[in-house]
Amino acid sequence: MTEKISKYPGTPLSEKDFKDENILFNYDQLKADYSWDTGIAIGQYLAALKEGVILGARCDTCRKIVVPPRTVCEWCYRPMRSFVPLKDTGVVNTFSLCYVTWDVKRIKDPEIPAVIEIEGASPLHGIMHMLGEVDPEDVEIGMRVQAVWKPADEREGAITDILYFKPIKETST
Amino acid sequence: MAMRKVAVVGAGMTKFVRRAQETGKELSWQASHMALKSSEMTMDDIEAVCLGTAPDSFDGVHMNGEYLSDGAGAWRKPFMRSYVGGGTGVFTPIQGWYHVASGLFDVVLVVAEEKMSSFYPHAQAAFLTIFDHTTERPLKPNLLWIFAMEMNRYMTTYGIPKEDIARVSVLHKRNAANHPCALLGDADITLEDVLNSEVLAWPVQRFDVSPVSDGAVAIILAAEHIAKRITDKPVWIEGVGWNLDTAHWTNRDLAYPRYVEYAARMAYDMAGIREPRQQINIVEPYDPFDYKALHHLEGLQLANRGEAHRLYVDGIAARDGDMPVCPSGGLLGVGNPIAAAGLMKIAELFWQLRGEAGARQVPGQPRRGLAQAWGDLMQVGTVVIMGR
Repeated sequence: MTEKISKYPGTPLSEKDFKDENILFNYDQLKADYSWDTGIAIGQYLAALKEGVILGARCDTCRKIVVPPRTVCEWCYRPMRSFVPLKDTGVVNTFSLCYVTWDVKRIKDPEIPAVIEIEGASPLHGIMHMLGEVDPEDVEIGMRVQAVWKPADEREGAITDILYFKPIKETST
Repeated sequence: MAMRKVAVVGAGMTKFVRRAQETGKELSWQASHMALKSSEMTMDDIEAVCLGTAPDSFDGVHMNGEYLSDGAGAWRKPFMRSYVGGGTGVFTPIQGWYHVASGLFDVVLVVAEEKMSSFYPHAQAAFLTIFDHTTERPLKPNLLWIFAMEMNRYMTTYGIPKEDIARVSVLHKRNAANHPCALLGDADITLEDVLNSEVLAWPVQRFDVSPVSDGAVAIILAAEHIAKRITDKPVWIEGVGWNLDTAHWTNRDLAYPRYVEYAARMAYDMAGIREPRQQINIVEPYDPFDYKALHHLEGLQLANRGEAHRLYVDGIAARDGDMPVCPSGGLLGVGNPIAAAGLMKIAELFWQLRGEAGARQVPGQPRRGLAQAWGDLMQVGTVVIMGR
């Protein structure tokens, strides 16, 4: 069938067609404001962040510790009743050196998002956060890192109460 | 459970372009009209319509399915839109398949449309709401992060050189040079071009990524007794599968797509396939990024973990290789209007298995093909196996 057809529908436009107003278009902005309640598990997670603690949840049946905490275990669908404080250290599971912002503007010094496996949680269980106080060239998967917190009186119960994670200087033994 | 045999009997598609002058409705009509014409049917023959389109946020239209319905020919018909993120394009035909396999309908039109260009200034920002609003979005994430981090984990876990991942992009873009609807086909692209392209979010570079696009694809599904009357070359849907992993994406193994494996196993079981590497002749894995094609080939059990790049290095993935991968040109080459891109893979298998793919035709009269898509928060796998 494709070989039988030589002409396909669809008319390409370029950015120039908009700029030069070769076509009619309607520009509009949608306004959308939200206020999200945190729920039970994430509410406690945020309250703990305010105290400088990363909170996880343990499933007593599956013996898994997940982070961030939640009220139901995805594996056995039983309630997760025990929320447990974890360490504020971890291991870099993966990372990126990102040279564009969310709206595709170029930046010179890369942002370094990472998945950090939190110490005390089950293997491969981590959170997304940023890395800081590190040369982009030196970041490695498997690197041990520690949270850098906002001063206690500036914390507001948000993920941004952790400014970023920085490498732990390993002392050679 | 007795299920009826279901065949694809017609297909149509628009060009995939960066910006289409046509609206989503108009694109949907163009693709549907072409699919109907290809099987010499009219809208009167269609009993129900299945529509696939990705997030409403691209279009800024709430209930985009209903908005597009007239273009998709849904008026006064049973109509439903399905949506599983990027996996939609291969899920909507599954939805059409169970409509017919169940005996509820004999003939169903499946339409997948995407118009990503309306979102300003760049459709990427429309994806930001996939991140958790309380625990992730305050970090001002960028959609590329999630893929760059998955790619890095995948590469590092298995020690795969970046050069071997870039081969995927080269092959797919070269294949797309033969596709009349392709946006980024390039017969002359080289490995150096990909490796020297702008670094967006290391390890992701510009040519590792598929383009934002507008486009639509439609296919027609029919029950066996109808299919045999319409065409002497029906292409049967032999197996379908879909599966979802956790939305807590930082709590899972990023190096291996378990959900793709489960979806594939469901489809292989249904199709009676025991040795997929011997029994699948053409594969169209989802390739919005070059590493994703490799990731998915491993999930589909078509390569050992960490070894899918060998298919490209050894020439097995080439159009004249033992198991051609994305002979269409894939998302990297043809373009990535999300839902339409997945259904494009189904349409490609339809044309390939009928021997009608023209310059893209895989030699050796392929008997069976597999199409796969992936989406939601990097967590859904959808698989369709087709054979003649």
